[in-house]
Amino acid sequence: MNWIFEPWPWYIGGPLIALVMLLLLLSEKKFGMSSNLRTICAALGAGKSTPFFDYNWKDQQWNLVVITGALVGGFIAANYMSNQAIVTLHPDVVSQLHGMGIQDAGKAYMPEKLFGDTSWTDGKVLSILALGGFLVGFGARYAGGCTSGHAISGLSNLQLPSAIAVVGFFVGGIIMNHFLIQFLL
Amino acid sequence: MKTILYFFIGILFGITLFKSEAASWFRIYEMFQFKSFHMYGIIGSALCFGIIITQSIKRTKIKSFFGQPLVIKDKEKSVKSNLYGGVFFGLGWALVGACPGPIFVLLGAGYFPILVLLFFATLGTYVYGKIKDRLPH
Repeated sequence: MNWIFEPWPWYIGGPLIALVMLLLLLSEKKFGMSSNLRTICAALGAGKSTPFFDYNWKDQQWNLVVITGALVGGFIAANYMSNQAIVTLHPDVVSQLHGMGIQDAGKAYMPEKLFGDTSWTDGKVLSILALGGFLVGFGARYAGGCTSGHAISGLSNLQLPSAIAVVGFFVGGIIMNHFLIQFLL
Repeated sequence: MKTILYFFIGILFGITLFKSEAASWFRIYEMFQFKSFHMYGIIGSALCFGIIITQSIKRTKIKSFFGQPLVIKDKEKSVKSNLYGGVFFGLGWALVGACPGPIFVLLGAGYFPILVLLFFATLGTYVYGKIKDRLPH
């Protein structure tokens, strides 16, 4: 049973994600996580002033339950299913990130510089998290879905809009990763 | 009853994202550097099984858990919004390494600065809803 506590290989992770989609489809629902952000806006009353959020958000409560489950799953996995959560990276990536001031590359699950306790008092880090978060939320809704809704659900249903969106994800991702991030971090 | 079912599906999803490292900022960085097969293996194998699952459901008369016929809706097509929105999303994804699912998984795992991300992702969704009629679609 030791394998449970080790990082799971891609050929376990990928099929389990497909299983999650299957279970949701068999429950007459769909697999798409960014819709929850729209539901949160609607639940907070954004529908009063904005037609885009004026719908019966209570029909989407099931998805808020799924995402709450994902939060609990993250807690269980991090606290009870991992000895030491360390992500082993390609050596080139490790030295590249060291050069960008991320010293714990290859020794941690998440970079302390961005997601550690010091982030709260570091204006630059807060700006990065705010900018990235805004782009993710804005872009997902503009594109009509995120990684789960387009790259997994949509492509599985052979949807051209999803293929276009996934091309967009990678165009944006490559621009950020190769040309911009070194100036921001 | 249904609520418990959705909750457990969510737990399975959260554990999977954390344990397979798909929720790790480092893995997303490495993916866009094309230095590891890991993330492509996860997305690719999920997609292989996903295609088999989705196409099987569409071609057979398999019923839902609750005995109803299954309908899988098409995605709305508008090339500009899929592409432009996708690029915005990709810029953010590569910067903060988390898409909407992992945001919640990481919050549960105790990386609390992710709350900043969640707040601004919700704000980004709100701003989209506010200005969508003025954007190219």
